[in-house]
Amino acid sequence: MPEQLLEVKDLYVNYRVYEGLLKVLNGVSLSVDTREKVGIIGESGCGKTTAMKAMMRILAANAIVAGGAASYRGANLLQLAQQELTRLRRTSISMIFQDPTAALNPVFKIGEQLTDIVRHSGTSGKSLTDQEVKARAVEVLKSAALPEPARIMDSYPFQLSGGMRQRVCIAMSLVSARDLLIADEPGTSLDVTIEDQIMRLLKQIVEERGLSVILISHAIGAVKGFVTKLYVMYAGTIMEEAPTEELFSNPAHPYAQRLLAAVPKLTGGGIPEGISGRIPSYLSPPEGCRFVTRCPNAMEQCWSHRPPMFQIANGHRAACFLYGVS
Amino acid sequence: MSSEPILTVRELKKYFKTTRGTVKAVDDVSFSVMENENFGLVGESGSGKSTVGHVIMGMYAPTAGKITFTGQDISQGVGRRPKELKKRIQIVFQDPASSLNPRRTIRQILELPLRVHGLVSDGDYQKKVLEMMDLVELPHEYAERYPGELGGGEKQAVAIGRALATGPSFIVLDEPTSALDVSIQAKIINMLMKFQKEFSLSYLFITHNLSLMRNVAQRVGIMYLGKIVELAETSEFFKNPLHPYTKMLLSAVPVITPEEEALKPEKVRSTGEIAGALNVPPGCSFHPRCPFVMDICSKVVPPFSEHKTGHKIEHQVACHLYPVT
Repeated sequence: MPEQLLEVKDLYVNYRVYEGLLKVLNGVSLSVDTREKVGIIGESGCGKTTAMKAMMRILAANAIVAGGAASYRGANLLQLAQQELTRLRRTSISMIFQDPTAALNPVFKIGEQLTDIVRHSGTSGKSLTDQEVKARAVEVLKSAALPEPARIMDSYPFQLSGGMRQRVCIAMSLVSARDLLIADEPGTSLDVTIEDQIMRLLKQIVEERGLSVILISHAIGAVKGFVTKLYVMYAGTIMEEAPTEELFSNPAHPYAQRLLAAVPKLTGGGIPEGISGRIPSYLSPPEGCRFVTRCPNAMEQCWSHRPPMFQIANGHRAACFLYGVS
Repeated sequence: MSSEPILTVRELKKYFKTTRGTVKAVDDVSFSVMENENFGLVGESGSGKSTVGHVIMGMYAPTAGKITFTGQDISQGVGRRPKELKKRIQIVFQDPASSLNPRRTIRQILELPLRVHGLVSDGDYQKKVLEMMDLVELPHEYAERYPGELGGGEKQAVAIGRALATGPSFIVLDEPTSALDVSIQAKIINMLMKFQKEFSLSYLFITHNLSLMRNVAQRVGIMYLGKIVELAETSEFFKNPLHPYTKMLLSAVPVITPEEEALKPEKVRSTGEIAGALNVPPGCSFHPRCPFVMDICSKVVPPFSEHKTGHKIEHQVACHLYPVT
């Protein structure tokens, strides 16, 4: 039986900037079970990365967590003592970032960066010999399908291609991800044939090791073949939650509907309309539903009241007054 | 689309000398763009697709080959191109955040091409700029704003307005939507398609996005390491892809509907990586990644030739699997 691994509840994050306060995360709630593959889709600036960073406690210095909790196996990540948090990061949760070039330190060889991670990620705190460390590093490189691990260990990041760098980042995350892997747009900066390889590799690793995954992406097609549950985010708000197949066959929220329709299809048929306007300013977001400024179905109450999540079907919920009254 | 070519590229080569050797960014590329046509050039990063567009613009002179525009030779660099021709050939770049001067207002940006080409008499700039803003659906109050104050899609609309300002007949669209979100992309593409009809424009549409290409282009060319490996009418191309690289590319495209999945060719799994531009493999440059590789592939460059499809459709491919007819 899968049990709940992570539950984020009503997460609010603001950023303090020169112009005032950016109210980015607007009460984000989501959950991940053990061995569950969850996706978050949304366009740039919708707060998907902020939500993950808030959980991992790696937000920028001007960010303020204004409310909410992230309970990981019963412990609130947002309030955990630093020592305990470090232990979790070293042994249980890890994250892959969008840009492998920025995620790797350019002045250290891959081997140095990777063995550091191996050395500090021991499960029981027992120290490994240098040889054991190296053997383990080579082993994770191999599991990320990198040929000639010895040569990779001896290379600087710039000597590798983008696809290989991302494989190195995957290898690094495998050292400590024993339970939860957060992949933030892992294929976005890569070419389509390389992205395909990376996504296949990730899927295989995740399934072999029985990991839980949160996959973040704005490339909707890339998420589809990977995850079983999807959250659609817009302007810092979760707009819809549904099993993957259900979301694609029967999207409920006006934003989700238009977002999916705007994806050009390989089968042709022309380009649909897209969505007029743009994401509202986080300095003064709409009081009610944050999509109201662009929504063709907007009603009076949408401007003044924030729609809660309404149940549509089993596991399928949408934050929209079309599906209920508060 | 008429059958008269507006632009013809013949055996175009563009090499760059670097300290580590010569990069053959474009190596023997030939194609033409018909009047009112939207010709798609597709390839991954490093395939040379943008360089083709830049050479056509005259940003660099070609190493070899010939480019003709409505019958006139425009192969020399932009310095020797008559102003009248520059007016008729325009470009929209990928990233509007870097193609628009951040220290000029939208009004100044849109005025510049009008001034350079002396298209408007002195008192009429304001009126013409506002007309152009209407055209690309920007509110008038944006005129005195700076690009940094606009959203990505709005900035790209300014870049499109700037390209249209001189009344061109041919526009190079260099990944015009790949820096934009998908909902904004749809807006921009629809705008471009509308203008093509309205002003009888011909486009060279450069992109890495095959799904997008399927919906906008009449003919498609696929580039790999500086060469066009396959060229066909769009519908034929998606129905009957020939080159193993094309099949690999199509198989790798992430799709969202079962109908799209069904359209994909027999799965050619993506393996290997594109070779470095400095050490392009001999023979067919795709052979180290090709699942159908034969002896000849590493020795002889496959000719780019017409392939018999049984019906009267243009379909060219450069692959030893398909003998020259």
